[in-house]
Amino acid sequence: MSEASTIEKAGGGVATYVDQRVGSNKFLARNLGKVFPDHWSFMLGEIALYSFIVVLITGTFLTFFYKPSMIEVVYDGSYVPLKGILMSEAYASSLDISFDIRGGLLIRQMHHWAALIFIAAMAVHMFRVFFTGAFRKPREFNWLIGVVLVTLGLIAGFSGYSLPDDLLSGTGLQITRGIAQAVPIIGTWATFLIFDGQFPGNDFISRLYSVHILLVPGLILALVTVHLMLVWTQKHTQFPGPGRTNENVVGYPLMPVYMAKAGGFFFIVFGIIALIGGLVTINPIWIFGPFMPDQVSAGSQPDWYMGFLDGALRMMPNWETNLFDWWTISWNILIPAVIVPGILFTGLALYPFIEAWVTGDKKEHHLLDRPRNNPTRTGFGVMAITFYGLLWIGGGNDIIATSFDLTINSITWFLRIAIFVIPPIMFVVTRRICLGLQRRDRDKLLHGYESGRILRLPHGEFIEVHEPISIKDKAVIMSKTDITPLPAPERRDAAGVRNKRFHLQNVQHKLSGFFYAENIAKPSAAEIEAAEHHLAHEVALEAPLHAYEDADQIDTFHGGVLHHPGMPQTNAEQMAERTQH
Amino acid sequence: MKFLAAHRRSPLFAPSLLTIALVSVGGAYAVVSSSQTAQAADAGQVAIDEGNKLYLTGCSSCHGMQAQGTTNGPTLLGVGAASVHFQVATGRMPLAAPGAQAMAKDPQYTADETAQLAAYVASLAPGPAIPTAEQLDYEDADIAEGGVLFRVNCAQCHQAAGQGGALTQGKYAPSLMEATPQELYEAMVSGPQSMPVFSNGTLPVEEKQAIIAYVSELQDAPNPGGLSLGRLGPVTEGLFLWTAVFAALIGAAVWIGIKAR
Repeated sequence: MSEASTIEKAGGGVATYVDQRVGSNKFLARNLGKVFPDHWSFMLGEIALYSFIVVLITGTFLTFFYKPSMIEVVYDGSYVPLKGILMSEAYASSLDISFDIRGGLLIRQMHHWAALIFIAAMAVHMFRVFFTGAFRKPREFNWLIGVVLVTLGLIAGFSGYSLPDDLLSGTGLQITRGIAQAVPIIGTWATFLIFDGQFPGNDFISRLYSVHILLVPGLILALVTVHLMLVWTQKHTQFPGPGRTNENVVGYPLMPVYMAKAGGFFFIVFGIIALIGGLVTINPIWIFGPFMPDQVSAGSQPDWYMGFLDGALRMMPNWETNLFDWWTISWNILIPAVIVPGILFTGLALYPFIEAWVTGDKKEHHLLDRPRNNPTRTGFGVMAITFYGLLWIGGGNDIIATSFDLTINSITWFLRIAIFVIPPIMFVVTRRICLGLQRRDRDKLLHGYESGRILRLPHGEFIEVHEPISIKDKAVIMSKTDITPLPAPERRDAAGVRNKRFHLQNVQHKLSGFFYAENIAKPSAAEIEAAEHHLAHEVALEAPLHAYEDADQIDTFHGGVLHHPGMPQTNAEQMAERTQH
Repeated sequence: MKFLAAHRRSPLFAPSLLTIALVSVGGAYAVVSSSQTAQAADAGQVAIDEGNKLYLTGCSSCHGMQAQGTTNGPTLLGVGAASVHFQVATGRMPLAAPGAQAMAKDPQYTADETAQLAAYVASLAPGPAIPTAEQLDYEDADIAEGGVLFRVNCAQCHQAAGQGGALTQGKYAPSLMEATPQELYEAMVSGPQSMPVFSNGTLPVEEKQAIIAYVSELQDAPNPGGLSLGRLGPVTEGLFLWTAVFAALIGAAVWIGIKAR
């Protein structure tokens, strides 16, 4: 570069001015060149981040016009079918945002869609992290932060769903109240505390508003910051490939490659949200009408992320215990709405620690696992997703019944049985598929891939030519680390002292075997050498044919007819031509 | 003509001519007018008779020869013309196949035949009549009040947007999006299938008109938010999110991911 342009000069001037005051150049120099590995699945978390930014921007707009008050007013806006109806100020202001504030409906719909995308993107991002084992040491804390973020996302979403005070959100709150009341001992009093007396009370909307716009977003923002800082300091994980190890990061620098990519992706996500916010209705509150405790609509559902809880409630049999005639335990609510999600989220949070203990693995991992190389983990993941999906179906049972001409009772009974039967089946099937893929990997390494070309040898034998796989594929397959299950513990050591931790170690040994005993071992170096030799032999057999093909370019297509491009020839002509050469 | 010519100056000629004229005109009138009333009376009876014939061929195998009901179908005594018109005009009756609930389909009878069937069943015992044009006139009804009444009385089965909903054992509350004002009114007064009867004591005529006005509003209402997704609430929204929206987002991520290679 000979001469700096005017823009470059100006930019340099600004940078120097700022640097002399805040010392930014040193920081930027250190961080702008930071290398990130590249894969599309690493951008799923970015979708969550960007949709959260859209939620914040649109949410701020909505706070200018929304009134978190349960005072009853007579609606006098421009939506005729509700004119003159008594409703809460919260609902009236939500209607005003939808009909009387310029751009209000667009922003409201963008806010709602972006919130749904935010939680869904977190879920998809979590799948990627789980199935590739990115939660392993040293990233367990970041996994925990992620689980907390998902939980906060659910709270943020549900509190927002309840704010417009329409019939649908009020119905959701009724169910929430029922769940809170089902908690043993404290339930009733906790409900009084939350609603300031009887449901729905006069204060709940304003309390929920503080939670929705201050408490939860503040926590999310703080935790997202920590989440990203940890990614920064711990470096991003990478998929296996040539030259990629646990000790390096192969990729592109932040500036300019990732600046452009991430910046561009932000605008794509923003654009998609704006597009569906403008084109696709979400939560048409004006149709549901104001919330009145004596009214309910058929087909009342929560947003997708709460659907699993609703489904669990809907499929649970009506069990109830009455102790000593004074204390009722509502198992029909307690189990599906408190215990099941409790187990689900606790399991999710603890999984990295459980797996590390089972495998006795204390090493750092920066190279991602391919899902097939840890069949038991992948099986657990698919099992959990199946379980969740079945609960989801339960949440939409009435819509499914009317849409597909089924009876709601048979859907419920199907789910009651399927919830115990199908997830374990999915676990076994997934695990088997993973092991099959491992065998295939080993096979590809030892025998190459099937080229699809059948070769007839001079003595009449037919063989299919195998070709060695590419260096990249080889590096990916060879990245697998063979883990041997933990050995069985001894009851007494060599000196005859009793092993106090025998039972715990035995459980660990059994679980470790369950995780890894069936894994297909990578071929040894000697086996690979022998295989390469064999492959070279096959390729050599085919070599004369290649020489012939190279000497005279003949294009083949299905049916075995050979001809030069643009010059159709009969088979006889082609044969004649071939014999000439 | 000699006779007439000879007696035309007779004092009896004019009165007798007048008498003949009066008798012939009066007689002709009497004949004509009596046949007209007979025709009107006959028309009602004919409709009932025709309805009876249609009934015997199309309905009696389930509802019984005298509409007394059998093990396959309920009695029709007292259901009224409104119920018959609703069931037949929406194609629910005759039943295509036994099942949880009669489904709406293309009507099997013409409008005239439906009216004849209704007349026949109404002739057996008193019941809710087909609503008059005056009863169906909802021009002056209060839509907003109709909305409140709809949410109190109808939405728990037919859904707040009138899209219908599931009931137990395969029964369902149908969508109201295709229902005519007359069908809505008849359904309210006759309570078909699982639906309760909303008599004039429960819902006066003006309130029925308000509900009809609100449902018509729902049928015609534009979607200010864009694509309506069937107005089925969060389930279809979630489906759209996880299919179309995530296909677009992940597609964009893959596209950007590929660009770097």
